[in-house]
Amino acid sequence: MRLELDAITKRFGSLVANDKVSLTVEPGEIHCLLGENGAGKSTLMNVLFGLLHADSGAIRIDGGAVRFADPGEAVRHGIGMVHQHFMLVPVFTAAENVVLGFEPTRPLGLLDRRRARADIRRLSVEFGLEVDPDAVVETLPVGVQQRVEILKALQRDARLLILDEPTAVLTPQETEALFSIMQSLKRSGRSILFITHKLKEVLSIADRITVMRLGKVVGATTPQEVDESELAAMMVGRDVELVVRKAESHPGEPVLELRNLRVVDERGVAVVDGVDLEVRAGEIVALAGVQGNGQTELAEAVTRLRPVSSGSIRLAGEDLTRASPREVIRAGVAHVPEDRQEDGLVLGMTVADNLVLDIYDVAPFAAHGVRDLARVRGNGETKLSEFDIRAPSADVAVGTLSGGNQQKVVVARELSRPVKLLLASQPTRGLDVGSIEYVHGRVVAARDAGSAVLVISSELDEVLALGDRIAVMYRGRITGIVGPGTGREEIGLMMAGVTVPPAEAPSTAGDGGAAGAGDTGDGGPHAGPAGGGAGKASGDPAPGKGSTR
Amino acid sequence: MSATSGGRGAAPVGDEPAPASEPGVTPASGPQAPWWSRTVRLFGEANPLVLTVLAMLSAVVLGGVLIDATSTTVLHAWSRIGSHPGRALSLTVTTVADAYGAIFTGSIISPSAVSHAVSTGKGWTGVFTPLSETATYATPLIFAGLGVALGFSTGVFNIGAQGQLIGGALAALYAGFELHLPIGIHLPLVVLAGAAGGAAVGFVPGILKARTGAHEVIVTIMLNYVMIYLLDYLLTVQPFQQPGQTNAVSRVLSGTARQPHLFGSGLSVNLSFILALAMGAAMSWFMRSSTLGFSFRVIGSNPDAGRTAGMSVAKVTTLVMTFSGLLAGMAGMATLTGTDFYLSSPYGGNIGFDAITVALLGRNKPVGVLLGSLLWASLEYGAKNMQLNTGIPVDLASVVQALIVFFIATPLLVRDIYHLRQTGARGVQLFTKGWSG
Repeated sequence: MRLELDAITKRFGSLVANDKVSLTVEPGEIHCLLGENGAGKSTLMNVLFGLLHADSGAIRIDGGAVRFADPGEAVRHGIGMVHQHFMLVPVFTAAENVVLGFEPTRPLGLLDRRRARADIRRLSVEFGLEVDPDAVVETLPVGVQQRVEILKALQRDARLLILDEPTAVLTPQETEALFSIMQSLKRSGRSILFITHKLKEVLSIADRITVMRLGKVVGATTPQEVDESELAAMMVGRDVELVVRKAESHPGEPVLELRNLRVVDERGVAVVDGVDLEVRAGEIVALAGVQGNGQTELAEAVTRLRPVSSGSIRLAGEDLTRASPREVIRAGVAHVPEDRQEDGLVLGMTVADNLVLDIYDVAPFAAHGVRDLARVRGNGETKLSEFDIRAPSADVAVGTLSGGNQQKVVVARELSRPVKLLLASQPTRGLDVGSIEYVHGRVVAARDAGSAVLVISSELDEVLALGDRIAVMYRGRITGIVGPGTGREEIGLMMAGVTVPPAEAPSTAGDGGAAGAGDTGDGGPHAGPAGGGAGKASGDPAPGKGSTR
Repeated sequence: MSATSGGRGAAPVGDEPAPASEPGVTPASGPQAPWWSRTVRLFGEANPLVLTVLAMLSAVVLGGVLIDATSTTVLHAWSRIGSHPGRALSLTVTTVADAYGAIFTGSIISPSAVSHAVSTGKGWTGVFTPLSETATYATPLIFAGLGVALGFSTGVFNIGAQGQLIGGALAALYAGFELHLPIGIHLPLVVLAGAAGGAAVGFVPGILKARTGAHEVIVTIMLNYVMIYLLDYLLTVQPFQQPGQTNAVSRVLSGTARQPHLFGSGLSVNLSFILALAMGAAMSWFMRSSTLGFSFRVIGSNPDAGRTAGMSVAKVTTLVMTFSGLLAGMAGMATLTGTDFYLSSPYGGNIGFDAITVALLGRNKPVGVLLGSLLWASLEYGAKNMQLNTGIPVDLASVVQALIVFFIATPLLVRDIYHLRQTGARGVQLFTKGWSG
């Protein structure tokens, strides 16, 4: 299908979300729509899918102008959309979800489950989309749920698939699998409109690229014509530092000491299984690992949000194994939680209030149980400029800010009290390039100010860019602690549970697929030159901050 | 939208938020627009104030239609519309106007009473009687409504105001007949006893929820029954039962335990009304400016974030229920010491449940609860005057009350009826969040 968007304009009140946006998707093409959060990508896709109506402009399919009153019409015209947040019924099976709304029936209106299953099997085989038709969706991993969404679109004969930030929720292996599915769809002549803000993905999969910024198309190009930093500059509107600049670390005294830490979850499984880890003042320890190997639970145990079964947690010599979350905060632990909207912020409350969420009841923000509202607001305004938080004022609800600015609020709050240990879980997940650059800079600055830093990340690029030492976690255990010069493949293998002595580390360039090495297939160079992380700015163009999930 | 399984369904802010803060995308009518234009825009918006006013207007209009439709004179006039068209139309209008007029004169102020007082110089008490009665009627509603609103805005559903009210009334009663002190000491003690009684009843579901996760809705509903029958029992035994009585009627309060009238004995409004206003102001200050109130709000809107920030969800839950019960207990104290002076079983009428309505009407804000209580009370009290003067049954006032609640609870409907602009999901967010909390 050939799709043309011609000068689409969409206003929300006085805001122009799409300003004369034009782009063309050729048949059998993977077209990437690149832009930061807030650039107007999702608005454009919602216009295309009939969820919103353009104020002006035209949509043409194979040359003929169309207007979709609702998504149903878009579907009938062969457009399928896979939303960032899946539209699946969790308690239904994969087959039931796929046929939902277009159910094949037998006489008397009975549901033809056999045909539904057969349809799925046929499509699965055709495009390499492995899904068990009878599996209940809520029990499936996220990557497989996404396949169900794609199957849903294919079952409705979609000839153009819109994938809205499809990789945001995927592990590296799942991303790989998705890309090969996209290639097979392309071979079948279907067009794909792929929306993302991750540069590496764009370069590895796109046939053509359209870049949006602030509601406008700012450029159209192909992967052959640009590199990562050019794309980043187009997207952000200025030159972007793709490498984390940091000097050599000078580790001091141990700050965080975990001894034989064990955490047992609700099901009785040891999710953290005898972890020994030390983080020293003035160093960044990056804890790598595929999501779900106990990193989340480790962080929750350290912040005392989750009970410890055995072992000990010490902070600067003080035993915190049985402390309360509040005592941990008071002891000098800054915590950037993995899920900022769920655990880090109260979205309906103001930016100023969120900036004092864990120091609201101590001086200078309160005395004798009474809050000093003027100070809270003053602190808010100060932090807005200090941490470059883009908000109209400190009095707006934090939920109205973009993801990157929300994370800056969390970081600003956590770093605004004396910090002995900074514990940052997935600190840049879902952020745009500019925000990632900013957050990384702050993490390094905290280290340089003498804090111990533990960064938990499932993003290998981030681990390599930030870590002075890299610890790898697999199934609740630390499988190894290595220096920053270690190769991606080696760390990738450790992430997959293979303990490799450094001497035998394979140096063959592979896709590291088995290891889940977060490399999205562009064969990016190894990050971090040997020699302790110093001088990273030289020579190494792309440790790939841009593709941080 | 609701069937998300991959992502967090709760995240209201997706990919393209916060446009206003983007450089280069300047809103055309932001702060630069003239003030009148902004004001006009404000009234076309679906903000809570406009929605509430329009909800009440809708209820009044629909209620008017019902008043006409149930009036035999109006219907009769319409059946003869061919011969007397003017009469049918004028009756349609006057019947409704008379009905609402009677509610107004009965609960707020009566022009005829004013002119009478002005011309004769006497009868000023009569002028203020409706207002006084409305305020008196509203007093326990304000207390209990504040209690329920405190819970709602903190994510705790206190359906037990009725039981807590009885708890407060019982404790106040005991202090009121058992102690013998000068009024300056006795009355404050009785007030405190009422507060403590309600707080004790509120504490139980609070601690149960904090410790065991028992849902407060179930526990408070069950506790209502416990308190209703406890009162029933206590009023038949010593020391509560009135000596010489076989009915479930309590002893009478000492004179020193009664609320003094504010404007002489001719007008029923008493000190507890001032106390209710003070509690509203106190709650408003507490939620905004105290550290405890801040932690209430945080836990109320996102307990996970509160926990991560070092707050104790268990402690806050227990305290919220206790405070909520305290306020409801003061409602029982207010009716006992302000108007009734003794308890009978059953006690408290429907106050505990009207309090839920009033909290919703007031959108869980103290000022809103105050206005909602006064509106509710004027409808209740004015309806009696309406029945007396126009023969329209009191039940029709209840229908109007119900319609107000109906429209308040369906902001999206009101928004669509009046074609209001959407002000972002938050403006019209259903405020009954937290059933699962």
